[in-house]
Amino acid sequence: MSLPRRLAEAVVVLALIARGRRGRRREEEPVDEGGPEEGRPFLREVGARPGAERAVAALLFASALASVAFVVVFFTGADTQALGIALAAALGLLGAALAVAAAAVVPREQAIERRPRLAHPEAEPPVRRRLATAGEGVSRRRLLGTAGLAAGATLTGALVVPAASLGPAVGNSIAETPWRRGRRLVDEDGRPLLAADVPATSFLTAFPEGADPRELGAPVIVVREDPARLRLPRARRGWAPQGILAYSKICTHAGCALALYRRPLYEPVSQPPGIACPCHYSVFDPRTGGTVLAGPAGRPLPQLPLAVGPDGELRAAGGFSGPIGPSWWGVRET
Amino acid sequence: MVRARGVAVAALACLAAWAPPPASAQPAAQGRVLFLEGCATCHGDDARGLPGQAPSLHGVGARAADFYLSTGRMPLAEPRTTPVRAPPQYMAAERRALVDYVASLGGPGIPDVTPQRGSLAVGFQQFTSHCAGCHQAVAQGGVVPDDVAPSLQQATPRQIAEAVRVGPHVMPAFPESQIDRHELDSIVRYVLSTRSPPDRGGWGLGNLGPIPEGMVAWLLAGAALLIVLRLLGERSRP
Repeated sequence: MSLPRRLAEAVVVLALIARGRRGRRREEEPVDEGGPEEGRPFLREVGARPGAERAVAALLFASALASVAFVVVFFTGADTQALGIALAAALGLLGAALAVAAAAVVPREQAIERRPRLAHPEAEPPVRRRLATAGEGVSRRRLLGTAGLAAGATLTGALVVPAASLGPAVGNSIAETPWRRGRRLVDEDGRPLLAADVPATSFLTAFPEGADPRELGAPVIVVREDPARLRLPRARRGWAPQGILAYSKICTHAGCALALYRRPLYEPVSQPPGIACPCHYSVFDPRTGGTVLAGPAGRPLPQLPLAVGPDGELRAAGGFSGPIGPSWWGVRET
Repeated sequence: MVRARGVAVAALACLAAWAPPPASAQPAAQGRVLFLEGCATCHGDDARGLPGQAPSLHGVGARAADFYLSTGRMPLAEPRTTPVRAPPQYMAAERRALVDYVASLGGPGIPDVTPQRGSLAVGFQQFTSHCAGCHQAVAQGGVVPDDVAPSLQQATPRQIAEAVRVGPHVMPAFPESQIDRHELDSIVRYVLSTRSPPDRGGWGLGNLGPIPEGMVAWLLAGAALLIVLRLLGERSRP
């Protein structure tokens, strides 16, 4: 008999048991009466042993526990390895339960039927009776049924729960960032950034002082350009004191963190500077206010106006030039 | 002055005769001769660069000269080609002379790097945040917009340190305020460690990351599943 068929049989039998269709009184009735004439036409091995039943129930409950663990891990930290282990345990234990049930709990039957005789009305009652007693020999039906239901229901729950990853509505968070006029730029350790700290050959990542650095609108890229080469829009005069520019670190294409900075050593024979995204290689021009030089990004990088305080500290001089974060149909080009 | 010219003439004569340069020759002066021969076409006779062709070498220092010459990126056949790693075109003694000449024009020296002093953990963290975006997590090289980030598997510790400070081609240059000496030592130590990575499973698969690993896992797990199915089916056969 093929394994899938046996597994399917095990599921059907478990379902039958759970519905409790057969009463105990039928157990006294003769099992094999008036069957086909030759040899032993009907063979029945009652495989169920109490230990096996307990093992199946234990496996099913363990599978249910693993499914619950999946949900718990998902909501407490979502470590992907732990999630994978929990899901693998749930499915593996369920499979083991079905395999054990098929091998040691469900009775094995072998029946030889002669087709023509089935047409005769007198042959039908014994066949019916035999079918009705298919699940006999299985005690603890309610336990197995409950365990099966628990495993199935919790696994379904575990598979549905990740839909919560679709996340909350973005709401206003793309338009309202932590940046305000006068807010200081700090590095990842919270130290205020000085204008003199910004190197001419590399870039820095900065955050708003006192705000959650993990907020989508918080991180900015700070670069220094030759003020004579800046080609900012007219409305952004004074946004780049000493040639220092700040842009949102979140790519306007798919929301990755911009981490590549193209800085030519000798520009005439190579390329102009660019801020690039490592995900899909969108390149933004820091000299022209973050316009797209190449790649799939559809709108320029939002720029943050800067000011240098009398103490040399970099401060925001307002909010971003446009909505931050990845693009979708609701974002208008700015 | 007269003496220097004399040495230069002597060096020229030696070169013309394909003899090794005499040990007594002043390296910078010999380097000047080599410079006029191989570099001045683009960088100019006075090494101040030619507009639109090549940058001035005044102030770039020994570190840039040593990096570009020892990695074979210079001399370039044509100024607009992208310099890539190649076998050095000058012998070690000639490179020393050229580097001494460029160093005599001013600029920072060759950075001191001692990978043993660095920390592998710090190096991994610094490499991930500063370098891996282009050079890939285990320094195998990668793609950047309109260009290629080279693999670091053949670079010597000194060349890595020089590249971090110089920022060759389109790479950013990282001053000490961003990557200090200890962090630089650590980065170099990490890059060296990627050349003999600990393959926990015994099979590195080229250290290409999760995609080939996942493929092999699927193949192995699929085969194992088939065997299990077959065994189960065999046993239940009447």
